[in-house]
Amino acid sequence: MISFLTISIIQATVAIATPLYIGALGGLFNERVGVVNVGLDGIMLSGAFAAAITSYYTQSAWMGVLAALTVGALLGLLHAAICIEFKADHVVSGVAINILASSLTVFLLQLLFNNKGQSPSAPKIGQISNLDSIPILGPILNNMSYLTIIGLVLILLSHFFLYRTKMGLRLRSVGENPYAAQSLGIPVRRYMYLSVIVGCALVGLAGAFLSIGMLNVFTKNMTAGRGYIALAAMICGRWTPLGSLGASVFFGYVLAWQMNAQGLAIPAQILEIIPYLTTIIVLAFVAKRARGPAHVGKIFAPSEH
Amino acid sequence: MAKEEALVINGLKKHFGHVKANDGIDLIVRAGTIHAIVGENGAGKSTLMKSLFGLHQPDSGEIHLWGEKVQFSSPLQALSHGIGMVHQHFMLVEALSVLENIILGAEPGKGILLSYKNSRKTVEEICQKYGLDLDLDAIVENVPVGIQQRLEIVKVLYRGARLIILDEPTAVLTPQEIDRMFEILREFKKDGCTVIFITHKLNEVMALADDVTVIRDGRTVGHWPISEVNEKILARQMVGRDVVLDLVKEDAQPAELVLQIQGLQTEQVNGDQKADGLSFNIRAGEILGIIGVAGNGQDALIEGILGLRKVEKGEILYLGEHINGVDTSYLRQKGVSCISADRLKTGLVREFNVRENAILGYHTGKEFVSNLLFQNKRIDHYVNQIIKEFQIKTPSLEAPITTLSGGNQQKLIIGRELHANPKLIIAVQPTRGVDIGAIEFIYQVLLECRRQNTAVLLVSNELEEVLSLSDRVAVLYQGRFMGCNTPDHLSKEDIGLMMAGVRPEGEGGSE
Repeated sequence: MISFLTISIIQATVAIATPLYIGALGGLFNERVGVVNVGLDGIMLSGAFAAAITSYYTQSAWMGVLAALTVGALLGLLHAAICIEFKADHVVSGVAINILASSLTVFLLQLLFNNKGQSPSAPKIGQISNLDSIPILGPILNNMSYLTIIGLVLILLSHFFLYRTKMGLRLRSVGENPYAAQSLGIPVRRYMYLSVIVGCALVGLAGAFLSIGMLNVFTKNMTAGRGYIALAAMICGRWTPLGSLGASVFFGYVLAWQMNAQGLAIPAQILEIIPYLTTIIVLAFVAKRARGPAHVGKIFAPSEH
Repeated sequence: MAKEEALVINGLKKHFGHVKANDGIDLIVRAGTIHAIVGENGAGKSTLMKSLFGLHQPDSGEIHLWGEKVQFSSPLQALSHGIGMVHQHFMLVEALSVLENIILGAEPGKGILLSYKNSRKTVEEICQKYGLDLDLDAIVENVPVGIQQRLEIVKVLYRGARLIILDEPTAVLTPQEIDRMFEILREFKKDGCTVIFITHKLNEVMALADDVTVIRDGRTVGHWPISEVNEKILARQMVGRDVVLDLVKEDAQPAELVLQIQGLQTEQVNGDQKADGLSFNIRAGEILGIIGVAGNGQDALIEGILGLRKVEKGEILYLGEHINGVDTSYLRQKGVSCISADRLKTGLVREFNVRENAILGYHTGKEFVSNLLFQNKRIDHYVNQIIKEFQIKTPSLEAPITTLSGGNQQKLIIGRELHANPKLIIAVQPTRGVDIGAIEFIYQVLLECRRQNTAVLLVSNELEEVLSLSDRVAVLYQGRFMGCNTPDHLSKEDIGLMMAGVRPEGEGGSE
């Protein structure tokens, strides 16, 4: 029998949704200042790698998290420099980052561990435990990664920041019309750089969850397109933190259900299509009405305007 | 330095590579006056204002503001010195509300939190003081252009500007709205504000300004109190020679019907104004002028005729042939040409060079293509011919189109569109953003087309232009005609009223 809502499906949903919403939040901070970032997947992968090997060498998962944030931020700086300083096409830069990440991580695996497939196992981030006594919520919350909670807090903080603070208003204006923002004395480029860097650091954090949150090991190309699903979640969530969370949970549920249904007589290949098919269908319906920041993907060139 | 001078600029220079945008600008603006700066497009007015506003740094020269030497490295500094600027292309964030646009960058309150309550009160007080009516919660993209401009002005006032710069502020307004704006500017003057008013419309200078400075080719030509000049003198100073804008126009010789439109109603696209039952005829050798504030169905009408927009009801007959819904390329072959309103959006391909842009629309024709390949010799011959005939200034045929001035881009389009000897020319805002020299030239070209028995449909929101060129004038409001008559039967006031949707007394709405 196919079940749609069990404790294990809920737990899997949350686990799968976590890197999606943290990643989507990171993507949102890119696009809200007008920078398209299709390099989410590569940055996530790099974050996962950095987290795993740092955790392995330092034997501290939190050092791994820190490393993931740092690597994400550095790639963000790279992406920002390419898009803002050198005014290159945002998509080209993102694709380059993806290619760089997927090959460099494999190369480094080989170099460090003489193994192209995966890293040695490393300490993982802690989980909530000993809540069995609480009815209903207890079993759901049990084994939930601390990163999941941190991610939720970040979503709420970001929502507050974007819609309740002066800096948030300014940040939103930069992605909509940087020329207007500039004419009002807002330091547009500084906002763009910082927001892209912070956003990419978050994407790195999402990667850390993949390697040392869910598992305790980095495997080759372990993101398996999750960066793109995070991007899709951001679009379905209309470039808002809460919307991205909702969309991520939805995608997470579809994936979780699919895994749960693996035991049935349906060929696994068909089941595995479902999450991606759902992404396409949902995007096709939502994308028409969803409108991103007006200046997203365009080059900001004040002197030529 | 004397206190009564709000702004003094000495020998300001700004070069972009080889282009000398500003090459020695001097400017003295007396405090508490309205000072007009006139000059052709490309004369360096905008560059000057950007230097003043801290958007870029001048190469040399001095700026003194209220007696203090200043050098702004960002707009923030200019703002904090009390300079406010209403840009020609509005600097608005369309996705945000009116209130958010006003307070953006200068949000009230000390902490990091946004507080709409305080700001709303301040803004409402400003609006009340100057009688500026604004719906603060409307999203800017849903607000008409006239109101957007009002919003820009409130934005400047909210920041407490004492020197207000307006760059071509009247382009999007009806005559009545322009009058209203002038009243507001005079009100500012009364309050002790200084206003710098950049324009190319000399009648507005005469009506509003206390002093005027003329700029040509990046240099100050001279400045005068308004009592010492008139429009003719200013025009000569702007262009550097005498300008004939008084057109010599023979009586019309209307011949056969070229375009007949009956009850045209188009589909609505993206919530813009649709054509809502338009009927008119144009004969060969006649110019029909359609005037209206932008956004009253001009696009729908033109796109409807050209087959770019679905026609829901009505008949369009071109030389007796039904052309509802036919292909645009077929119309072009049959002699319909269009000078479109937005050069760089629909008239030209921004990324293409001069030669490529010159053959757009002919790029599949036998004239320039044989055996699937471009015949470059023939193309070059043709492009050089247009360049010569239409006096287009371009460094080469390979120059990117964006390196040409607006006037030269426009002349290239006109040359291209007239190349196939059209029977109907649809000229939409043909002189928007071009200099006086080019305006004069374009007027002569349109009149020559009329002499050559071409039918001309002129769609414009420049009242003077429509009145002086057209044989008949129709006023468009919300997709319908408010009236149609010969120019000498229509006063400017009546047209202004009709543009605002008011039918003047004793004026019939029929053909």
